Amino acid sequence: MTSTLDAQPARHGTAAEPRPGDPEITPELVSEHGLSTDEYEQIVRTLGRTPTYAELGVFSAMWSEHCGYKNSKRLLRLLPTEAPWVIQGPGENAGVIDAGDGYALAFKIESHNHPSAVEPYQGAATGVGGILRDIFTMGARPIAVLDSLRFGDLDSGRVRYLFDGVVRGVGDYGNCVGIPNIGGEVHFDRGYEGNPIVNAMCLGLMKRDDLILGEASGVGNPLMAVGARTGRDGIHGATFASEELSEDSQHSRPQVQIGDPFTEKLLLEASLELIKSGHIVGIQDMGAAGITSSASEMAGRAGSGVEIDTAKVPVREPGMTPYEILLSESQERMLVVAKAGHEGHVEAILNKWELEAAVIGAVTDDGMFRVREGDRVVAEIPALPLTDGCPTYEREGIESDEVRALRERDLGHVLRDGDLSDALLDLLDSPNIGSKRWIYDQYDSTVRASTVAEPGGDAGIVRIRGTNRAIAATTDCNGRYTYLEPRVGAMIAVAEAARNLACVGASPVAITNNLNFGNPERPHIYFQLREAVLGMAEACGVFETPVTGGNVSLYNETDGAAIYPTPVIGMVGLIADVSHVTGSGFRAVGDAIVLFGECADELGGSEYLYRATGEVAGAPPRVDLLAERALQRLLLDLGRQGLLHSAHDCSEGGLAVALAESAIAGTEGRFGCDVSLDDELPGTALLFSETQGRVVVTVEPARLDLVLEAAGAHGVPAKRIGTVERAGHGLKIRSPRAEVSVSLEAAARQYFSAIPRRMEQNVSVDRAATSPPT
Amino acid sequence: MRVAVVTFPGSNCDHDGYHAFKLVGADTRFLWHRETDLSDTDAVLLPGGFSYGDYLRSGAIARFSPVMEAVVAFARAGGPVLGICNGFQILCEAGLLPGTLLRNESRRFRAHDVWIRVERSDTPFTLAYEAGRVLRVPIAHADGNYFADSDTLARIEDRGQVVFRYTDPDGNPDPAYNPNGAQNRIAGIVSEQGNVLGMMPHPERAVESVHSSTDGLGVFQSLVTSLQPVP
Amino acid sequence: MRSFHLEIRISPRPGLLNPEGNAVQHALESLGYDSVKDVRVGKTFYVQLSAADEDAARTLAEDMSRRLLANPVTEDFRIEVSELAEVPA
Repeated sequence: MTSTLDAQPARHGTAAEPRPGDPEITPELVSEHGLSTDEYEQIVRTLGRTPTYAELGVFSAMWSEHCGYKNSKRLLRLLPTEAPWVIQGPGENAGVIDAGDGYALAFKIESHNHPSAVEPYQGAATGVGGILRDIFTMGARPIAVLDSLRFGDLDSGRVRYLFDGVVRGVGDYGNCVGIPNIGGEVHFDRGYEGNPIVNAMCLGLMKRDDLILGEASGVGNPLMAVGARTGRDGIHGATFASEELSEDSQHSRPQVQIGDPFTEKLLLEASLELIKSGHIVGIQDMGAAGITSSASEMAGRAGSGVEIDTAKVPVREPGMTPYEILLSESQERMLVVAKAGHEGHVEAILNKWELEAAVIGAVTDDGMFRVREGDRVVAEIPALPLTDGCPTYEREGIESDEVRALRERDLGHVLRDGDLSDALLDLLDSPNIGSKRWIYDQYDSTVRASTVAEPGGDAGIVRIRGTNRAIAATTDCNGRYTYLEPRVGAMIAVAEAARNLACVGASPVAITNNLNFGNPERPHIYFQLREAVLGMAEACGVFETPVTGGNVSLYNETDGAAIYPTPVIGMVGLIADVSHVTGSGFRAVGDAIVLFGECADELGGSEYLYRATGEVAGAPPRVDLLAERALQRLLLDLGRQGLLHSAHDCSEGGLAVALAESAIAGTEGRFGCDVSLDDELPGTALLFSETQGRVVVTVEPARLDLVLEAAGAHGVPAKRIGTVERAGHGLKIRSPRAEVSVSLEAAARQYFSAIPRRMEQNVSVDRAATSPPT
Repeated sequence: MRVAVVTFPGSNCDHDGYHAFKLVGADTRFLWHRETDLSDTDAVLLPGGFSYGDYLRSGAIARFSPVMEAVVAFARAGGPVLGICNGFQILCEAGLLPGTLLRNESRRFRAHDVWIRVERSDTPFTLAYEAGRVLRVPIAHADGNYFADSDTLARIEDRGQVVFRYTDPDGNPDPAYNPNGAQNRIAGIVSEQGNVLGMMPHPERAVESVHSSTDGLGVFQSLVTSLQPVP
Repeated sequence: MRSFHLEIRISPRPGLLNPEGNAVQHALESLGYDSVKDVRVGKTFYVQLSAADEDAARTLAEDMSRRLLANPVTEDFRIEVSELAEVPA
């Protein structure tokens, strides 16, 4: 472990002084703030003196993993971030790409894992609130939300409580603000038992000219606090998010933030009106680390300085100290840099939306982040060392022997028995495969009247009103694959996201990522992180989908047990003509069923293996990035020509589940299918392997030759494997070594009850997890 | 036809309603809840959303907005007022429609397509439909469970004030297709005079080919037709 | 066993944002109630149960409040116990 950053030039003779009542700066206090001795010494060198209590708090928040990316920054530099269509890459509140016709698309994903583990409803709700603000502070109107969730197995009452609370929280917040939830994913696996993953992604649309950045420029321009008042919520949330959970976390009450989506909606409208008004030069969410991060980052980006008077910040409770005001994570607040002399106009716009605005400071030219409480200077820190000087670490990464042994395990003997029809029905009953309707029926997916496909398909789609264009988005990551082989798992996450977009007819253009990992100070976790970033970088390079931003959530551990490494990929794609959108369900009896890609014996890390044996083992499927790219291009070509009736990718549960889903979950009603495969693979491998690069499409028989020719031209293996039948025919799949025959009713019953029937039992669960009264 | 779409703090379907009226050629404008001038208005839309966050009770705070005095006067004078979702809740709170909307029976927010049968085609909101037609339209609400005391319920049934009822896709009554537990499967009612309609489903989200149906368009077309001067 | 009536009052924890209360406060102000200083919204449960004595009833109520009725992360609770008159069998 090495710290790269040399000491900054010392600045002596500042006026910041301890405030009466402040605790003394002791090694214990420094350690409680999550700072190492080396880091503390760097702070002393930067300041040229001992920090005040407020300054210690500020450094602690800004140099946390959450704000400072100290363990991930060097790795993140390996990711491709540029393309001609990228307008804004990483470093701003959100990435921005060109969406055509003068439109720009802002998008980003963010985690709220730790808050959701402590208080699932508020944790998830405020997670959605935060990501919405990141989008509308760029000048974009939020047009869609997606959520990527991970929980332990649903057999546990505590897990059901977390799952239920998170879904309600995501739903209530987005529903109230009026942003359609168009998709996402959820996985249940004991690997997330103590640490749920709650990632929310938001997309926003703007005219290119309306883009605004989070910069504090123009000496003398006033800084204004806008929106909700500052309370004692979430003090040190940023540091909290960078620590492992323990029994104590259950009691870390003051850190919980309460969301107010109604105020958010007003703030959204007021912010967009402010940005259009021309009265402001910069705006930023007061998110993690509150005023501290927003003010210092805005100064850092502009190369200016800022001065804030905490006595002028509107507060919710009397008696708040500068330390508390600086670090509060109260929600629904913005920091605005107004043009000097325009304060009254800013206030008028905020008042129209029934919100407050107060001048709390000004932009300076001395490069300092200075905080006063009336006449007293309580913090004075050079802004750039604070925002960009966070020490970064490159750590030792070693693969865990235990994981290697799991990956190398031979699975041959456990996977050859049993009735395949029963196995398919069992898989359809898995909450990982079964319908997610229980979730998305609680999310308003059609508000804004622009949602194209119903949630549950391969990707969510919203049209751009007034044009033929549409935008598609998806989130993907299989944590089992990344656990067993992080580099391959990350590549698959990117490949699957791109495949999902191509299936609906959208060209993949860029990604935002959310790196959810355990404690990077442990070598085998750092190994996972490094490998995953390398895999992601390679896949993004091949697909030309640069990373325009994202979020890092480390220390996802409870009492030493880490989550599966989960680098969630949020990918966006563009659709030039919304009439070219393809659904995932079968559409007409008699259509030819065609399989793109080839089957292989790859049951490692599969849902089948987990259901059959409870194991997460074996090598995950291989991925051929060039073949994936050819497949994407083929799908886009066919979609543009309107040759496909449906397209659905093979993922969890393999080919058999993909066929079943297309049969029972389409929007055009239910269909049967008759499929015959001349493949000599063992039955379980043929049906349930999660081999990559495969998509099941249906075409009118008259167009079959065109489709097969196109596949040939793109170098994609393609074969007609069957025919769409009436529902009464059921699902029939045959091969030399496999025979499946399942009725549509049985399949649909399993598929649609997988989650609801589990959630009907004891949803209102033990919050305190104490033993029942005797 | 000149339509005013009221925006309360927290309304979020105002733009969708605006576009639906534009689609049928209405001269449409937004009206901020503090404005009170309805003199150049032929019809009023109270849109869906979460006015005042739906804190306290859905619609309970919005009914005290300055605009509501004007809306009540407009309705009492016979002007057509359409309330969708949160707008329906506000109309009930304001006393322009009888009954109230309770929390869904499932205690959860529900958002999906439903089927509703047109019970009357002689209202200014349903002229474009034939009675008995089944419409596919989305719902998105947590408080859509229509409730009135037994006398009131009997009265609105006797007077034929129920305009839309939840049914199965073929128009048959089926409790499984009642998404919120509403009494008598009520999805929408009109006032005694017939000029105020409140409905929980969102017709404005079912008007274009990108939507899952275009069955909602008739509500907006009906209003335009009903307000055309008789030749 | 004796019968008890419990009133369990759940209130938002002091210092935490109470969006419902804020919205109601604004509405009251706009209706002219200028003297309103603060509004917070909680809820009350009315529970009847049987227990050996008042202390046992209170203990049960505290347990159910902690485990289910109140969200200990965001809410406090207060319990009032009163004995119900014996109903002859």
